[in-house]
Amino acid sequence: MAVIASIALLVTEHRSHRLDPLRATTSFLIDPLKYLVDLPTTLIEKTVGSISSYATLKQENDRLREEQFIDKTRLLKFDALERENIHLRALLENSFKLGEQVLVAELLSINMAPYENIVVVNKGTRFGVHPKQPVLDANGVVGQVFRSLPLSSEIMLITDPNHAIPVQVNRNGLLTIAVGSGQLNRLNLPFLSNNADIRPGDLLITSGLGGTFPPGYPVGIVDDFTPISDKPFANITATPKSMLDRNRELLIVWSDSTPIPLATPQTSKEKVIETPRDDKSARSGLVHKASEVEQAGTVRDE
Amino acid sequence: MNNYHGFGRIILTIILAMCLRIVPWPNAIANINPDWVLLVLIYWTLAVPERVGIFHAWTVGLLTDALTGRLFGQHALAYSLAIYFCLILHKRLRQFPLPQQGVFIFLCLLLTQLLLFWLKNIQTPSQFHASFWLPVFTGTLCWPLVYIALRFVRLARFTK
Repeated sequence: MAVIASIALLVTEHRSHRLDPLRATTSFLIDPLKYLVDLPTTLIEKTVGSISSYATLKQENDRLREEQFIDKTRLLKFDALERENIHLRALLENSFKLGEQVLVAELLSINMAPYENIVVVNKGTRFGVHPKQPVLDANGVVGQVFRSLPLSSEIMLITDPNHAIPVQVNRNGLLTIAVGSGQLNRLNLPFLSNNADIRPGDLLITSGLGGTFPPGYPVGIVDDFTPISDKPFANITATPKSMLDRNRELLIVWSDSTPIPLATPQTSKEKVIETPRDDKSARSGLVHKASEVEQAGTVRDE
Repeated sequence: MNNYHGFGRIILTIILAMCLRIVPWPNAIANINPDWVLLVLIYWTLAVPERVGIFHAWTVGLLTDALTGRLFGQHALAYSLAIYFCLILHKRLRQFPLPQQGVFIFLCLLLTQLLLFWLKNIQTPSQFHASFWLPVFTGTLCWPLVYIALRFVRLARFTK
């Protein structure tokens, strides 16, 4: 009987999403375990944080202030450039995609299963996280939300063997797909021909095709290109930009593919972001709540 | 023998095993991290078969599925089959010395791993390293440890 029940469950979940409530319920039982296992790491981190010396903190503070200064200077012209970009695109009768919101999630240090590059973070559907959301860190794309549970969500890294991400060579716009290799420091680009215009050092960015990842985020850097003369495709590998094995904090992104209407190209940025937000809240109340939470988060950060 | 067996201890040890399952070991150890949950389940089935049965194994398997992010039913199926064999053979197994039990545990773990491999391959065909089978061996090697530790846990109750 157990066998039949298991097989029924397997088939049902493989085919549809009808078992999501069951998974949510079990996750209430299971997630405390995940937090329990994560506890020692968090405790150690907190202790180290609280006993680190004044000098170290001062040094770190100085470094961060310097970094912030540089970043701020870089951002000075960003607003103007963005406005100009929207304006130019309006002239070209092209729509501009905008409105990305982020939520900071922290990694739980647990290991779900070997051979799978899946990590768990501490934000779940309570914060409006839903599957297929892109996940970034400060350096580039990390992966996408694979399954969201009430108290945590599972994130598939771009290096997972079952993961593929549409990318573009930043130098010349060459489109291809980067497939995970299973190793945390390698991506494969199996669909480029031997004479493709790509060379080591090229930056790969998301192309936005496929709709999961917003375009323009760095994914990796090509580090090896070996043509195989008797095969149609070359052997190309890349290193992910994001620090997949060193990060504790990740950004979960709500990307809005709602284009800005051409009639009002001069709308202020805030207004533009609000429109899709309303669309979303119409779709589900949860997302709206998430954006509120996110807003609260940004306010706190500032 | 006292017929009362603390259910709390069984649950506690299983929770502990689940924690061991997801502790972030370094990569080298993570690849050989044995299936603690199944080892603990097998022990309790052999020790108190009237208490732990297929249904419990199935439930624990379901929770393990949730824990490791599998499709529901994979571990449930594998665990209930393994526990079924344990239940059938538990009288004989209890008489066996540890090494001989080890052989049976090895087969049980192998069966579980084989089922998991097979079910996973149906969903997404992917190749596996040979080291996919290493947890079976380490699990067998850990069996005496689990046996002695859980025996201690079980008998400590009687002295209370």
